[in-house]
Amino acid sequence: MSQIEHQNDRARRSFGGDAMTPEPESYGKMVWRRFKKHKLAMAGLYILLFMYVLAIFAPLLATQSYETVDPPNKLKPSSREHLMGTDNIGRDVFSRVVWGSRISLSVGFVAAAVAVTVGVVIGSTAAYFGGRVDDILMRFTEIVMAFPTFFLLLTIVSIVERSIFNIMLVIGFTSWPSLARMVRGQILSLREQEFTEAARALGASDARIIFRHILPNAMAPVIVSTTMRIGGAILSESSLSFLGLGVPEPYPSWGSILNAGRTYLLQAPWITTFPGIFIFLTVLAFNYVGDGLRDALDPRLKD
Amino acid sequence: MSEYLVEVRDLKKHFPVRGGVFSKVRAWVKAVDGVSFGICPGETLGLVGESGCGKTTTGRCILRLLEPTAGEVVFDGQDILQFDRRQMRRLRREMQIIFQDPYGSLNARMTVGDIIGEAYTVHGIAKGKERAEKVNELLEVVGLSPYHARRYPHEFSGGQRQRIGIARALALKPKLIICDEPVSALDVSIQSQILNLLEDLQEEFGLTYLFIAHNLSVVQHISDRVGVMYLGNLVELASKDVLYSAPKHPYTVALLSAIPVPDPDVRKTKILLEGDVPSPLNPPSGCTFHTRCPKATAHCKESRPEWREVTPGHFVACHLA
Repeated sequence: MSQIEHQNDRARRSFGGDAMTPEPESYGKMVWRRFKKHKLAMAGLYILLFMYVLAIFAPLLATQSYETVDPPNKLKPSSREHLMGTDNIGRDVFSRVVWGSRISLSVGFVAAAVAVTVGVVIGSTAAYFGGRVDDILMRFTEIVMAFPTFFLLLTIVSIVERSIFNIMLVIGFTSWPSLARMVRGQILSLREQEFTEAARALGASDARIIFRHILPNAMAPVIVSTTMRIGGAILSESSLSFLGLGVPEPYPSWGSILNAGRTYLLQAPWITTFPGIFIFLTVLAFNYVGDGLRDALDPRLKD
Repeated sequence: MSEYLVEVRDLKKHFPVRGGVFSKVRAWVKAVDGVSFGICPGETLGLVGESGCGKTTTGRCILRLLEPTAGEVVFDGQDILQFDRRQMRRLRREMQIIFQDPYGSLNARMTVGDIIGEAYTVHGIAKGKERAEKVNELLEVVGLSPYHARRYPHEFSGGQRQRIGIARALALKPKLIICDEPVSALDVSIQSQILNLLEDLQEEFGLTYLFIAHNLSVVQHISDRVGVMYLGNLVELASKDVLYSAPKHPYTVALLSAIPVPDPDVRKTKILLEGDVPSPLNPPSGCTFHTRCPKATAHCKESRPEWREVTPGHFVACHLA
């Protein structure tokens, strides 16, 4: 025993604590420290904070109602009274953009949540059960993937009743397949990792292995993909609204404001420019934040 | 043969090769094809062989991390392949494993304390403060410090991580530890530290090792007896001294002749085997080694050599021995 102690003392001295800082940081702190270093991601985070503040305080920030029609003042350019001008029936574009952030951001959020839920459930079920279940689920996923997504969206939207909630669901239910494949791949590779085997060798239950070992390690790419997908969903909603199949009037979404201004593109460019900038900035911001998260969440990447 | 702590009898593990739209079984890979040996309490049995010869699969089958296709694994007099889940869980306290890859074998999302202490949680042995104390003790035993418990694996070097893996395996105070190439991924200078640690632990806790490796010198250093595997079969098994001085199987002879000697003046005659290891998907008939054996006869192509004890304690599977 004394011999072991002696040897271990030596080992400790040769590569022990002195080389490392005495106070370890938590996983969350490490992620935040690394995320902060990513300049574009931080810029994206600030943009998103701004957008969410806008959405949350919309009733206070909007200078006028989003639906009050004022025909005599239609197609007016920016002024002190109408910061972003007025649209073709005299509604205040600024107020509509502010209220639109609520709809656009929540469409993005809910649609991404639906896609992630469906994707994670299908992907992990396929990976965990394997065999016939995996075959059936993955062939189904491939079939859904092979559909031209946007036309599928158009078809469904023209069948179901057009409401904000339905638009969210439809976008979510058409964008899960790539996520399901990603989750399945993650879990399949994690299941074969030696730390999973070690847990089995210790006698850990299936539930423990799934929830303590596999899922926490599979979460990072899912979180990253969710962030990027929110941006994608906002774009899908904008595209649908632009084609007149999105959120029904008089509710404003950035896409529908864009659509309303389409006819007056040369005559009153402010109607399309401002919501366009908001869509552009938000989607860009989500992508950068996703990028930053991907780098920050992976503990194998050295700082 | 009841003096063995663990005995493997005619162990087989065949993996299906699947393909096509609905994953039909197309062929079988005979990763382990009829292996028999025993390990006495307190000894270290080395298992050597080339990559893909089935030594790792054999280790996994003993722990039932892989379900063997056929055969028996007798531990403390009971065939553990007949055990149900509950009995198997209890058995986990008796046998543990140390892995090759010090990176892949530790969960990057758990602290070292949670990794080592998981065994106590899973078996309901200790929790909270009591668990932390036990973890600290283990960290000391393997040459780390208690404050390491709050760190994450990525903050450690390969050798330190391997010590963490060893601490995890020791947590349940097992009788048998399967060391699956525990030093292959480490620097040579760290290898000896880990080997010495394993030897000291064996002495202190009375451990029995199955030591799987492909480095003959490492195996010679740590083992009491050594088994040589080729293409899913055990070809020779003897005490270390006998095997390294008087090998009987042509494959063992060839392997030993390939050990580099750290002396530039020594000229050894190396036996160079021709060709590659045949695929275990379609192993050769008769003796699986006949395609590359310098002494093969017509008889070797036709009949599979029996696994027999040529002198007491020296087993060989070769017609010519």
